[in-house]
Amino acid sequence: MSNPAGMPVLEPAEGARDQHMVINMGPQHPATHGVLRLVLEIDGEIIVRIYPEIGYLHTGIEKTCEAKFYHQVVPLTDRINYLDPLANNLCYALAVEKFLSLEIPPKAQWMRVLLAELSRLNSHLIWLGTHAMDIGALTVFLYTFREREDILRLFEAVSGQRMMTSYIRIGGLALEPPLDFLDRVQAFIRTLPEKIDEYSNLLTGNPIFRNRLKGVGILSAADAVALGVTGPPLRASGVDFDLRRDMPYSSYEKFQFHVPVSNDCDCWARYEVRLIEMRECIKIIQQALDGMPEGAVKADAPKIVLPDREKMKTQMEALIHHFKIVTEGFDVPAGEVFQGIECGHGQMGYYIVSDGTAKPYRVHMRYPSFPTLQALEPMCKGRMLADLVAVIGSIDIVLGEIDR
Amino acid sequence: MAESNTLFGKAAVLEGLGDHPAVKAIVAFSSEALCDAKFDFGELTLTIAPEQIRAAAAAMQAAGYNFFEDLTAVDWFPASPRFQLSYHLVSHTLKERIRLRVLLDEADPAVDSITPVWAGANFYEREVFDLFGIRFEEHPNLRRIMLPEDWQGHPLRKDYPVEGYR
Repeated sequence: MSNPAGMPVLEPAEGARDQHMVINMGPQHPATHGVLRLVLEIDGEIIVRIYPEIGYLHTGIEKTCEAKFYHQVVPLTDRINYLDPLANNLCYALAVEKFLSLEIPPKAQWMRVLLAELSRLNSHLIWLGTHAMDIGALTVFLYTFREREDILRLFEAVSGQRMMTSYIRIGGLALEPPLDFLDRVQAFIRTLPEKIDEYSNLLTGNPIFRNRLKGVGILSAADAVALGVTGPPLRASGVDFDLRRDMPYSSYEKFQFHVPVSNDCDCWARYEVRLIEMRECIKIIQQALDGMPEGAVKADAPKIVLPDREKMKTQMEALIHHFKIVTEGFDVPAGEVFQGIECGHGQMGYYIVSDGTAKPYRVHMRYPSFPTLQALEPMCKGRMLADLVAVIGSIDIVLGEIDR
Repeated sequence: MAESNTLFGKAAVLEGLGDHPAVKAIVAFSSEALCDAKFDFGELTLTIAPEQIRAAAAAMQAAGYNFFEDLTAVDWFPASPRFQLSYHLVSHTLKERIRLRVLLDEADPAVDSITPVWAGANFYEREVFDLFGIRFEEHPNLRRIMLPEDWQGHPLRKDYPVEGYR
C-alpha cells in the first residue's frame, strides 16, 4: 500500500499537486443526509476522485445481536434503516422463520405486505422531500412531510410507535391492528394519488429541477451490477430486477404490480422510477385492503410466539410459555440462512448463523446503501461539484444502514 | 429445483442436485475446488478451497450468477478452521441465490480478493478486514472502513468482548 501509516489522507494525484485540491464534504454537510464524509479531489470545480469515509454511526449492532435472544433482536433492526422501519422487522422475521419453518397465517402475511408498502412510501416521501430540497425546491419537502406524518400516525396507531415500530415479530405481528386501522389506511391512500400529482406538478415541469437532474450521474447497467447497486438506482439503469416480483416473499406473488424500469441511467431516471414506484405502492396497498383475509395474526407456535395478554393472565400454560420465552428464549436449529427483501432503497438481506442455541451465533445485515455508495465515484467523476449533491440525493442513502 | 429436503455432503449434493446450474458450473470448473456442499433451508451452499475462490467466483459469474450480493465472515472460535467467509451471489436471470463458503485457519487468515471479478466487493472485503482481521490479497485499498484507523483488535471476533474493557 502506498500509505503505510494507513491514514485516510487523500493526496492529489502525482503530477497534479499544484493544480488539484483536496477538500472535505461532510461529515456535517446538509446534503450528505447524515454523517457521511466525502474526501474530494477537485480540479477547479471538476471532481477527479471521491473517497467516502464512513463509520461515524457505527454502533456494532451485529455484535450486539450475538448477545441477545432471537426476539430481542427485533427492536435493534428498526434502528438501522430508520426511514423504512417495517422492512427491517420484516426481513429479520422472515429469516428467523425460515429456520423454524413457521406457518404464518394469511392475515399476518397480508398485513406485512401492507405495512411494508406503507413503509416504502414513507422512505420514498422522505427521499423526494430531501432530494428536492438539496436541489433548491424547498416547498416539496413541506408537502411530502405532511403525507409522511399521516403514515407515521398509521404506524403509531398499529404499533404504538411512530418510527421504531418493532411491529412485525417472529411468527407474525405483535398484536391485532386496531379496529379502524384498515379504514384509516383506505382514507389515506384514497387521497395520495392526487398528492403525488401535486409533487409531480411542482417538480416534473420545473426547468431548474430538470436541468439539475437530466444527464447527471450516469451509471451504466454494467457498472450498477458490478458495484452491487440495487433497488430504484439499478432499475433506473435499465436492469429489470425486483425481489418482490422475482424472488417473492411474504405472499408478494399474489399481488399484481408493475416494476418501473428506465434506460436513461441518470438522476432524472431515478426520480421517475421512484415516482412510479410510489403509485405502484398504492395499488399494492389497495389490493391488500381489498383482499385482507380474516383470522389470526400470529402463528400457532406457543413456544416461539408470545401469547396474547388475555391468555397469559388467565391460562397457566400460556403463562409458562410466556415466562419461558422471555427468560430463556427459544432454540433455533443449527445452520445458516439468508433472507433478502426489497426495501425502499434496494435489496436488504439478513444472514443469520445459528449454532442451535437461543441466541444467534452471527447476524449480518446486507443493506443497499452500503454498496451503492461505491457507485458515487463512477457517477460523478469528471462532473461539476454541484452535481454531486444531486447524485447523493438521487441514490437515496441512509447512513444508519451504511455504518450499522 | 428447490426441493424441501436437506442434503449434506459433497456426494449427496452432486447426486441430488446434479443438474443445478451452480453445481454444474463448479463441477465443470474443477471438482477438486469443491470441498463440501449442502442444501439446507432451501439454500445451496458450496464450500470452496480458499486458494480457488477468485476463479470459482469468476466461474459462477460466467454461469449466470451475475450479481454479487453480500460477503461476510463467521468466527467459529475456538474451533478449527476458525473463520468462515460467506459469499452470496444472485442470478438475475435464474432468479436464485447461492452461497459460496470458504474456511480459513486462525494463523494469518488471508484469501484472494474477488474485486477483479466484482468491483462491488471492495467495501465488503474492507468491512471483513476491519471487523474480523481477514486479509484480502490484491485488494486495491485494504483499510479499516467502520472503525478508526488506529483501532486495536477486530470486534466481531468471538474473543472480543461485547461490553466492558478489552
